[in-house]
Amino acid sequence: MSRTESLLAVRSLAKSFGAEQVLRSIDLDVPAGTVTTLIGPSGSGKTTLLRCLNGLEVPDAGTVAVAGGPAVDFGGKVSKKTLGELRDRSAMVFQHYNLFPHKTVLENVVEGPVVVQKRPRAEAAADATRLLERVGLAAKRDDFPFSLSGGQQQRVGIVRALALRPKLLLFDEPTSALDAELVGEVLSLMKQLASEGWTMLVATHELQFAREVANEVLFMDGGVIVERGAPAQVLGNPREERTRRFVQRLTDPL
Amino acid sequence: MTGEDLSLVLSSFWPIVSGAITGTIPLALCSFAIGLVLAVVVALMRLSRIRVVSGLARFYISVVRGTPLLVQLFVIFYGLPSIGLLVDPWPSAIAAFSINVGGYAAEIVRAAILSVPKGQWEAAHMIGMSHSVALRRIILPQAARVSVPPLSNTFISLVKDTSLASLILVNELFRTTQEIAAFSGEFMLLYLEAALVYWIICLVLSAVQNGLEKRLDRYVAH
Repeated sequence: MSRTESLLAVRSLAKSFGAEQVLRSIDLDVPAGTVTTLIGPSGSGKTTLLRCLNGLEVPDAGTVAVAGGPAVDFGGKVSKKTLGELRDRSAMVFQHYNLFPHKTVLENVVEGPVVVQKRPRAEAAADATRLLERVGLAAKRDDFPFSLSGGQQQRVGIVRALALRPKLLLFDEPTSALDAELVGEVLSLMKQLASEGWTMLVATHELQFAREVANEVLFMDGGVIVERGAPAQVLGNPREERTRRFVQRLTDPL
Repeated sequence: MTGEDLSLVLSSFWPIVSGAITGTIPLALCSFAIGLVLAVVVALMRLSRIRVVSGLARFYISVVRGTPLLVQLFVIFYGLPSIGLLVDPWPSAIAAFSINVGGYAAEIVRAAILSVPKGQWEAAHMIGMSHSVALRRIILPQAARVSVPPLSNTFISLVKDTSLASLILVNELFRTTQEIAAFSGEFMLLYLEAALVYWIICLVLSAVQNGLEKRLDRYVAH
């Protein structure tokens, strides 16, 4: 596969918490306009990897380049400014939504564009309203998050990320905290975003989503990428025993 | 109660209330406002990762909580002049009460900041906020809601503690009462009357607290 247009390029990324090595030399490319899913057991490093890409954790070593920006080398000291510039290129959707409870839906969405990106409030609000309309939540724009269902809150979480106009969307198990009947509305929105050409890196346990939407699936375990490839191959005919066992556990838990 | 008693209670009521309006209430409000600013600063210092800074905050809190308010007041008003620093009654009282509130409220503010889930910091950083902007726009507003009940406690205590300022010659509610009592000799009646006025002030404050809690609760599930 040619990788001429890597939107995200990660090389030799490593991160430890104390003595525990959570990421060991991760190499990863996500071509522009494609969806990559990260699967793997809890504690395999998926979340830490995403958090490193958004600057919520500072890696110990390795480089990260997003969307034509300079490759940030974490081997040396990285300034707050560099970290901020890296962070600005991506936006994250959290497992527990992490909406701001004291702000209305609309305020949640425009907070970043207005306060951080200094865009005019009226323009940001118009954009936000358009995005909320698209996900069917325009009627909720003046409500507080507590009055929304989990699925609605997560859709607001996605709109909040989109409103930042990032190059790369990071999803950290976006449906893991949801009741089963609410998972579909979030996944179908993500599928729609994929079809519009958003570049997405998604940590998930939803193998069906990976099968249908992903261009590439990565299986992580113990802080390394054990296996990677097309969904049909990794999920349907895994090369590695660890991958096979994990996929089987998820498809047939009993 | 004789008619004479009643007329003393009635005629002294306005002077006592005016002692509250010109003394007790402004003293409590000023000291609380300054004390609260102090408390936020000390709470943030206490949460700092720089050891010297958090140590300084710990020391301040320890001294304030470990010494009587009356002693703090006397050190400032009667103590400082002996090293050449003469402070008037009012500034002395405001200084002592502010420092005192600052120490107690700092721990309340610190606990309230820590009660905001870590995910809120992460979401704030994710949308690109710096530490200070995240604190101001995302964390402190949520901490404020949690800290209203304990801070109201502190404020109500402060209102009553301002009676100590009578001992450094501030003309507030209690000192006014003492003067009338000494003049008339009716100690029981007048001190009960002073107690009643303090109680009324605190009832009003409790009502304000309830209103404030309701307002801040509008974004929380019930």
